[in-house]
Amino acid sequence: MNKYIERIYNGIVKENPTFILMLGMCPTLAVSTAAINGLGMGISTTAVLILSNVIISALRKIIPDEVRLPAYIVIVATLVTITELLIEAYLPGLYEALGIYIPLIVVNCIILGRAEAYANKNSVGLAAFDGIGMGLGFTVALTVLGFLRELLGAGTAFGHQVMPSGFQPIGIFIKAPGAFLVLAVMIMVLNALNVENRSDDLVNGCDGCCANCAKGGKDCGKEEKA
Amino acid sequence: MSSLIMIIVGCALINNVVLNQFLGICSFLGVSKQMKASASLGMAVIFVLTIASAVASLLYDFVLKPFDLDYMKTIVFILVIAALVQIVEMFLKKTSPGLYKALGIYLPLITTNCAVLGVALTNVQDEYNFIESVFAGLGTAIGYTIAIVLLAGVRARIDESAIPKPLRGAPVVLLSAALMSIAFMGFGGL
Repeated sequence: MNKYIERIYNGIVKENPTFILMLGMCPTLAVSTAAINGLGMGISTTAVLILSNVIISALRKIIPDEVRLPAYIVIVATLVTITELLIEAYLPGLYEALGIYIPLIVVNCIILGRAEAYANKNSVGLAAFDGIGMGLGFTVALTVLGFLRELLGAGTAFGHQVMPSGFQPIGIFIKAPGAFLVLAVMIMVLNALNVENRSDDLVNGCDGCCANCAKGGKDCGKEEKA
Repeated sequence: MSSLIMIIVGCALINNVVLNQFLGICSFLGVSKQMKASASLGMAVIFVLTIASAVASLLYDFVLKPFDLDYMKTIVFILVIAALVQIVEMFLKKTSPGLYKALGIYLPLITTNCAVLGVALTNVQDEYNFIESVFAGLGTAIGYTIAIVLLAGVRARIDESAIPKPLRGAPVVLLSAALMSIAFMGFGGL
């Protein structure tokens, strides 16, 4: 397989950030109240991820190793601010719906994680495709999650009524507990299908720290045992 | 005074940072496998979040707002939080080795904890003044500690029970969190 296509396949299927790696859980759970919100968040994150991967990859020989994390954070925060202003200007409805979770893209583990694990070691082209793949994987996961929650919780899909009129919407699915519930069931189904799941590393091995995940899991669990 | 108590109760229980706003989920799911670690992380979060809210509030009121730099707040806050955590760590190491030993290893974890940035941004959004921001930070951190310690207690029991294979690992933890979240919805009636 072409190595550029391989990056996309890797991001959407093999190392899906949500279902396999379980990264970026905060926005995943928070904004998936409706399919359209999930899609909007996914696309915003994808845009930031592609650009941050490209910039970090292009600067990988210039940024000194010791200060790379602060440098990455500045790059990502700048991109997020630009994205936030663009959404506020052109998509005010989405801006309202996503609220504080747009600036919080800065601390989304996927972005710093890909910078550390991939972009700073690979060429600009590959890093861009890695960003596209991972971003699409995240977008697909968020949209599916949002679609299911919206369908069960409101009886609609992308805002259109699809369930028969006799269907009583189960409100809890668009409230906070529904997010945990739907994600738990989806990962359970993947487990039952024997899809390799790295979430065990997160729950049992890794101490759940984004900075550690960003190091590629090298120091996972170390601090906790110290 | 009563409005400050309302802020604490609101941030800690009604709008619980983890179970209702989904901030700090990474460490909530990861660290909660050990009770002792959860309690220590909770203490460290209380410490850092309160200071970070105070600093972010001062910075916003006296630098960002007067100079019309509102759009810079994400960049400024994240850098200030990262720097602040470093300073707190060095300060504790020098002045209070006991406290440093208890909290030290958890401090670096907090930089990337989205709860800290989340609270700083929410305080600005809600137009809290300095005192209110500090109390909102404190309340949020207390809510985080309550949630993570409770989940750690639940998980200590889960570890000893026979659970169907597909549910093991992440799904059962997420289900526990879902039940806790339903329980916390009850505080909405306060």
